[in-house]
Amino acid sequence: MFTIILYIVAGICLIISSLKDHLKTKKALKKAFKSFENILPQFLTIVVIIGMILSVLDESTISKYIGANTGILGIVISIIIGSITLIPGFVAFPLAAALLNNGAGPAQIAAFVSSLMMVGIVTIPMEINLFGKKAAIIRNTSAVIFSLVVAFVMGVLL
Amino acid sequence: MINIIKRYKWFFLLLIANVIIGIIFPKIGKVSFQITKSNFLQILSVVPPIFVLLGLLDVWIDRSTMIKFVGKGSGLKGALIALLLGSVAAGPLYAAFPISMVMLKKRTSIFNVFIFIGAWSTTKIPMETFEIASLGYKFALTRLALSLIGIFIIAFILDKAINEDEKQKLYEKANLSI
Repeated sequence: MFTIILYIVAGICLIISSLKDHLKTKKALKKAFKSFENILPQFLTIVVIIGMILSVLDESTISKYIGANTGILGIVISIIIGSITLIPGFVAFPLAAALLNNGAGPAQIAAFVSSLMMVGIVTIPMEINLFGKKAAIIRNTSAVIFSLVVAFVMGVLL
Repeated sequence: MINIIKRYKWFFLLLIANVIIGIIFPKIGKVSFQITKSNFLQILSVVPPIFVLLGLLDVWIDRSTMIKFVGKGSGLKGALIALLLGSVAAGPLYAAFPISMVMLKKRTSIFNVFIFIGAWSTTKIPMETFEIASLGYKFALTRLALSLIGIFIIAFILDKAINEDEKQKLYEKANLSI
């Protein structure tokens, strides 16, 4: 259902855009394709990895480590993984969805997704370089704490 | 051609590994291929409109004009524009850092710069649509609501934690860069 709405919205935007400015629209489509092609290698790789993980690990194994009843430990594991890995959202969401549908808890997946997006251990040198050590450390630490809060709230709500 | 192989090397290597596993353990290999195929088709069916929206946002949103409205003393309106500016973005978090330097150069408040960084990291519209498509409305929208609160809190903490002296240094540094 959501996908159908998405196609309709994108289609309408595309028509309006091309009526207003044909060249700009062409540029937008080029950009769209380029962005997609940029992400495609990682995207294909993660899809194969998901297939392999899920064929070996069954629901009980996944839920043992990051299932809903693993509580804080599962959340901490998820945050650590999310903080150190540098994978784009377009690659992370399918992985998160696959794990969620196969035994992982919503709080744990929320912790993974939130820390993945807001915490960047790998990019911290770059951040220090621009904003200084203090700001970079405070931002990343608050983001870790925030991911914990998100996990708890979502654990209670979902 | 070599370039393509290089870029897709992990995919090909894993695919080969998967085939080998399939030969040794036919049961696991078969399941693995089935999951890969269904995941691939499912994702591929939602991705095209998301990337079209991403491209359209990129060409139609005039970032330089928006940056003008997030300057010092722009108040709540400035913060909301900073939030929007980050949300219409495309690209990884580290791509936001150079843009935030431009904002600093235009004397955008530290608070607004970190609102922008926060928005860029979590509330990007194409990403949000993809999150809804993959993880469902309930999950994605709950997380979005929490993220919006979190972005403001983190920006507030940073704004308070960095003293005037350090802020001045940041502005000077931004002026020297680019």
